[in-house]
Amino acid sequence: MARILPKKDVVIIGLGWTGSILAQQLTDAGLNVVAVERGPWRDTATDFNIGYMQDELRYAIRKDLFLQPAVEAMTMRNSMSQTALPMRDYGSFLPGNGVGGAGVHWNGHTWRFWESDFEIKTHLTRRYGAAKLKDLWVQDWGVTWNEIEPSFDRFEYLCGISGKAGNLKGQIQPGGNPFESPRAREYPNPPMRMPYASALFAEKMTELGFHPFPLPSANLSQAYVNPLGVRMGQCSYCGFCERFGCGNYSKASAQTTILPVLIKKPNFEARTECEVLRVNLTPDGKHARSVTYLDVHGVEYEQPGDMVLICAYGLMNVRMMLLSKIGAPYDPVSGKGVVGRNYCYQTSAGARLLFEDKHFNPFIGAGSLGQTIDDFNGDAFDHSKLDFVGGAGITCAVSNGRPISNRPTPPGTPRWGAKWKQGTVDGYQNSMGFGSQGSSYPVRENYLDLDPTYTDRHGRPLLRVTFDFPDNDIAMSNYLSDQMEKMLKPFNAKWSGVSRLKKGWNSVPYQSTHNTGGAVMGGDPKTSAVNKYLQCWDVPNVFVIGASAFAHNAGMNPTGTVGALAYWAADAITTKYIKNPGALVPA
Amino acid sequence: MRHLLSRRRLLASAAAVPILAATAHGETISGQLPWSPFAGEPPRPVNPLGWYFFHPGEAAAVEAIVDRLIPADHLSPGGKDCGCAVFIDRQLAGSYGQASRLYNKGPFMPGLSTQGYQGDLTPAGRYRLGLRALNDYTHTTYKKDFVALSPDEQDTVLAGLDGGKIKLSLRPGFTTKEFFELLLQNTMEGFFADPLYGGNRGMASWKMVGFPGARYDYRDHIDKHNVPYPKGPVSIYGHEA
Repeated sequence: MARILPKKDVVIIGLGWTGSILAQQLTDAGLNVVAVERGPWRDTATDFNIGYMQDELRYAIRKDLFLQPAVEAMTMRNSMSQTALPMRDYGSFLPGNGVGGAGVHWNGHTWRFWESDFEIKTHLTRRYGAAKLKDLWVQDWGVTWNEIEPSFDRFEYLCGISGKAGNLKGQIQPGGNPFESPRAREYPNPPMRMPYASALFAEKMTELGFHPFPLPSANLSQAYVNPLGVRMGQCSYCGFCERFGCGNYSKASAQTTILPVLIKKPNFEARTECEVLRVNLTPDGKHARSVTYLDVHGVEYEQPGDMVLICAYGLMNVRMMLLSKIGAPYDPVSGKGVVGRNYCYQTSAGARLLFEDKHFNPFIGAGSLGQTIDDFNGDAFDHSKLDFVGGAGITCAVSNGRPISNRPTPPGTPRWGAKWKQGTVDGYQNSMGFGSQGSSYPVRENYLDLDPTYTDRHGRPLLRVTFDFPDNDIAMSNYLSDQMEKMLKPFNAKWSGVSRLKKGWNSVPYQSTHNTGGAVMGGDPKTSAVNKYLQCWDVPNVFVIGASAFAHNAGMNPTGTVGALAYWAADAITTKYIKNPGALVPA
Repeated sequence: MRHLLSRRRLLASAAAVPILAATAHGETISGQLPWSPFAGEPPRPVNPLGWYFFHPGEAAAVEAIVDRLIPADHLSPGGKDCGCAVFIDRQLAGSYGQASRLYNKGPFMPGLSTQGYQGDLTPAGRYRLGLRALNDYTHTTYKKDFVALSPDEQDTVLAGLDGGKIKLSLRPGFTTKEFFELLLQNTMEGFFADPLYGGNRGMASWKMVGFPGARYDYRDHIDKHNVPYPKGPVSIYGHEA
């Protein structure tokens, strides 16, 4: 029998970005909050130590900070006709583990999705007509730009984002992104200093008539004190950022922005290395009363609470709902049910250029350092004569020259032997690349559910991911590859080429930890699992916060929007829900 | 206020990275940031002497293989002298070799290429089987151990494993190509990883490509576009080339 603990006002599952933001806001409102976190406590001095963080093998290759598949794996397949098998190692995406979650080892690309994303169906239908959407299940998110913009602002100021505004209250700003939606004020910090490859990319893109701007970065261009009074340091361009924690206090994470303040509050408590097994509902299934978790000894506890906030990684949020029987599971055959639908990913391709006489110094990099053009992103360009919707940002980012995994060679170079060595030397300093990071739109066949065969160490079913790139997204990505091919010429490289995305999502090579959807927000309980405040339609004292709420994925990294949704949900709880607990939107 | 629920690490078996000491605790944290002295987990450099996993014959074969994948020339010493075989031996003797962080539950079924490795053998088991099968192949074909072949013959055999012309006698769920990819990946890891893991002796690979290693601060050079970085590499334990 589980040991029953004293009741709390709020139980948070997972202490990453969203859990930390919600805990900070709800404790400010006077609530007693406990966060139950599966992984260990982690802090900068101990776990991202500047004396040995620069270890490619340990952190980037052996994945020391990531979730281990032995703890929780997932199964995958490309279509419903196949048998899903477990990803025995994570490859295509790398979920986080422990306090700070994936926000510890992220790059720091911090975007705002656009006004046209939050009202995507309305927007595309108005511009192109309903027939343009074909079999895509794009749907409005239920929240509008004017509602969510202040939450983006808060997240950016919390993190100290380095960037240049492109649209201040409707006025286009030189040097910024002219396609972004209007923002109330400038970024808190100026842009990062640019490495050679990104500067060259910006120069050529300007010549071609495009609109390059500095990639908004959660690596800090200068020292900064955030609104909570937490101090952060200047980025040193060390080249050990993504897949690593930051030893310089210069990459925004829960550790570097919130936890030093949060942990001092008497009405907050974190329980680490405690794995939540399920959320327990009342017999009618309409109210969550507690969570059950195991501590490191395998001792089972039941933690009652008036509210439960599911704040794990997006995919785990969906699994927690399915395991706890919160919301109707999605059925891809009937198209009914909501938990698991609208699973999306990211649709990317790349360009690579090789010169003979350059010194790009690829090791001088940061997780979020570079130049982007959004001329072909989202609906920034006219799709009326194209056979797809959506688009991609094209970015020349320089993150690292870590040589186990990053050593491009000239075409035709063998993979080993004397010629491989010479090609490696020729390629290392002479290569640069840029890439398209494209939107991913929902279709009926891409979804999440519980695997019928494989279980975790506690005997609970693994999450099953059924996904392949939809035809629309393949067409979009190939169009972007065409555009990138045209962009290569002015560089006068000795050799250059672009990749083209094909069907058959492969779970092995790393692609992107931007898994979205499965518990999407929206205005209609038939097509969304949570309402516009990320509150469960069926169980109103449960909120599910993370990229699981994205109704589709845009051609941008998700964390900026995840952070904004966290503040948005926190505001709804503190200003509306606390005063009158219950459904904030009538179903 | 800080209650230790346990000092034992949650994933003692699953996480086991033997070179790392456990520091994290299952605990309730409130009131102040947790801190305890000497709580970091610095890596422990490997002892370069002897073999921990390979039998003598296996060690000789792996030394020969890494010396063909990375032959000695004017750019760097060969894979053997760089310590790549020692690196692989130590990796296989540790948690990597046992696949202890991976999902190892059955049923094991043949998968699609998009589903990744689905065999039930750990990396250590794959080396043991693969090296035995390689020697069986060279005895059948050349009447010799792999190590006794000429460098050209060794290259022919390795190219055959790489290109699919040679099929070793392995077992279902573990192909010859997968064995070669494992060898190549681990050899490159050893060549390019920090020297503390036993390979990349003298930071040979970092000097070869111009990677400065563990320096961690390039604020003085980020703006110097197309200018070679002037400093040589440094490793985690501070050895400067």
